[in-house]
Amino acid sequence: MDQQEALLHEQKNRPKLLLGFWLYLMTDCLLFATLFAAYAVLQIGTANGPAAKDIFDPWFVLGETLVLLVSSFTCGLALLAMQARQKQQVMLWLGATVVLGLAFLGMELFEFISLAQEGHGWERSGFLSAFFTLVGTHGLHITVGILWAIVMILRVNKYGLTPPTTRKVTMFGMFWHFLDVIWIFIFTIVYMLGVL
Amino acid sequence: MDIWQLVFGRMSWDALPHEMVTIGGAVMLTLGGITAVAAMTYFKRWTWFWKNWLTSLDAKKIGVMYIVVALFMLLRGVADALMIRAQQITSVGEAQGVVSTETFQQVFSAHGSIMIFFVAMGLIFGLINLIVPLQIGSRDVAFPLLNSVSFWLFVVGVVMLNVSLVIGEFSAAGWLAYPPLSGLEYSPGVGVDYWIWALQIAGVGSLLSAINFLTTIFTMRAPGMTLTKMPIFVWSVVSSMFLVAFAFPILTATLGMLGLDRLLGMHFFTSDLGGNPMMYINLIWAWGHPEVYILILPAFGVYSEIVATFARKRLFGYMSMVWALGAITVLSFIVWLHHFFTMGGGAKVNAFFGIMTAVIAVPTGVKIFNWLFTMYGGRIRFTTPMLWFMGFVVTFTVGGVAGVLMSVPAIDFQVHNSLFLVAHFHTMIIGGVVFGFFAAMTYWFPKIFGFTLNERLGRYAFWSWLVGFLLAFVPLYALGLMGATRRLDHYDSSMGWQGLFIVAGVGVAVIGLGLLFQILQIVVSIRQRHQNRDTTGDPWDGRTLEWSVPSPAPVYNFTHTPQVTTRDAFWETKQAKVAKKRAPFEAIMLPKNSPVGIIIAGFSFILGFGLVWHMYWLAIIGLIGIIVTIIMRTWGEQDSEEELSAVAVEKLAAQAAFASRRKV
Repeated sequence: MDQQEALLHEQKNRPKLLLGFWLYLMTDCLLFATLFAAYAVLQIGTANGPAAKDIFDPWFVLGETLVLLVSSFTCGLALLAMQARQKQQVMLWLGATVVLGLAFLGMELFEFISLAQEGHGWERSGFLSAFFTLVGTHGLHITVGILWAIVMILRVNKYGLTPPTTRKVTMFGMFWHFLDVIWIFIFTIVYMLGVL
Repeated sequence: MDIWQLVFGRMSWDALPHEMVTIGGAVMLTLGGITAVAAMTYFKRWTWFWKNWLTSLDAKKIGVMYIVVALFMLLRGVADALMIRAQQITSVGEAQGVVSTETFQQVFSAHGSIMIFFVAMGLIFGLINLIVPLQIGSRDVAFPLLNSVSFWLFVVGVVMLNVSLVIGEFSAAGWLAYPPLSGLEYSPGVGVDYWIWALQIAGVGSLLSAINFLTTIFTMRAPGMTLTKMPIFVWSVVSSMFLVAFAFPILTATLGMLGLDRLLGMHFFTSDLGGNPMMYINLIWAWGHPEVYILILPAFGVYSEIVATFARKRLFGYMSMVWALGAITVLSFIVWLHHFFTMGGGAKVNAFFGIMTAVIAVPTGVKIFNWLFTMYGGRIRFTTPMLWFMGFVVTFTVGGVAGVLMSVPAIDFQVHNSLFLVAHFHTMIIGGVVFGFFAAMTYWFPKIFGFTLNERLGRYAFWSWLVGFLLAFVPLYALGLMGATRRLDHYDSSMGWQGLFIVAGVGVAVIGLGLLFQILQIVVSIRQRHQNRDTTGDPWDGRTLEWSVPSPAPVYNFTHTPQVTTRDAFWETKQAKVAKKRAPFEAIMLPKNSPVGIIIAGFSFILGFGLVWHMYWLAIIGLIGIIVTIIMRTWGEQDSEEELSAVAVEKLAAQAAFASRRKV
């Protein structure tokens, strides 16, 4: 199949794929909404154990948030570089996104392990179960995102900025920004309202 | 931790069945499987099967596979129903029933789970796969490979559920596994885990299907087919798939939380340490009520197509039909609490949900009247699909009235958890969804297989089903009002219920007779396929685009993309009697076969099975397998479609035309 045909094919399929991916993101959003609802209900279920204000360190989480926001920024820069057709820069900024994503994940794991070591694991209470599940599900999504970004870097390196590759990178960008939005809600509802 | 535990998790020799009934079931299942595999090997059909079916991405073939799997599960579900009735007829006073209490609980849990998740859902998705692309004038669905993945995930659910019969046990906590009964404390075995992971994996498949079909309908309609020119069946699928997209994430999250409670000792739904079992009941019904509309709305679409065709009239009130579908879609999300009026919501909350529930009857009533007005003044042909439709109108209205009755919280307190409720939802699902599927099967069968089904046996099947259904469920309304609760495995003879239970049992047997007629109908129709060949592609004088192509519909559906200007596009073309312009044949892109769906499903089964039995190494292999398969599939730059050249299309079209003209 020559270049021209591939381009036509991609033009035909791109709207379908982007709409489909949007729909997927909306369903994922509802999954998180359910976990948020469960967290809201179980917030009072501390079973005489620690409550949100006893265990969360807002400054540490603010650091986490900033790391993730910057990663969203670098992800945006990668997309801009893609429009400018700068292959090396796309890889560079995706690489930065991966590094920042890993830093975020590391901080989150550090928080989780510290909590568990202090005896505030998920078996302790309904509140802690809901907390670990909600934040952990986001962390799981971030893990998938990091894996995806690494595959994208390899892909751009191998194929260059071909139509299918740019579409895939665009979808990764949607996914990463979506996770950022979810995190803003987690930061607000779990951490900020929690320590108030 | 010893080595056995590391390798086999919590599996031991006790996992094999040791009660007569379950041993019988397990042996039959195993023998059936071995016989099928042996037959396939003996007749050397594996390559054919792999190439033509298992790896096919043709939506019509995937649809047929969905329906075949669902019909097999229907037989198992009916067998469970027979056991429930046998138990309730025999287990009175001094007499003990045919199965133990523990097994009985597994039987009714399996019956409900199978019938909803693996029969009704399978039939609906199968039908959507078969008909939606044809009705919107499209050659394919938006994501053919994803479609195959969805189907195979559905099969994994089916397989897990059946494996539980042979290795281990099934859930004994009812079809919705309410905690704390389904929690670790009261159900320490693997039964509930089988239930969770079978549903979880199949549920992900359903969610992906919804994304697929919404995208298909929104981006791939034939030119000129605006939203309000779509056939009403397509509208019903839009509504239903919206509900799947909105409701199934709730199920995924809820099952996930229950799974975490059981796997990691969390406290979402436990009754101690801050857990909240009522939250589960709310969440599961926030999914569960939309779920019943996910099933019934496409059936409404089917009836709308059938009544218009066989009354030879335009569907009465098209726009009001669309609005009614939309209204039901929205309302179905704000009635979930009527499933547990008795569980302490308080008068004001109950009043709100009671009124909302009653309000749903309005758009549903609109639909019933639209169908009746479509029939009014029409020249009706009383074919089998039309019989199923008319049976539906009667049963569904009866069941609907019972439903409105129960929407009054004060009355619900009397009949909550009784057989009255069981009778109500069976009236809706059998009289609505199942009758709808049978109508659809008779109606669209020639389009898929190229010949019509035997009418006489179809009529026998319909009457057996209708009479059997009434015999089986009218007594349950009475028993419910007399105070018989659901899931009852034993009662005192002084209650005076046994007679009615026997009548209900006879009803199930008559339904069984109906099933027998249907199997016979298929066999006889296949034998007489040459006499009953559909030579025109339009055996019923149809109205929508699927009837404009030859039967069986060719793999590419349409040689030329149709141009649509009105509703009932094909009917109008026939009326206008314009001479067909012969446009030159064009090349068509078709998706290549792909084993990715079946591979992902295989790894998903490994993942689920590992999680059920706590064989973590196995679960990890499954997970890594899924991820690697996805990366490998998306890695390639080359195309996954192959071109069918214009010459090949012309040849296939000529063959189809020749085959249909040939009289044998």
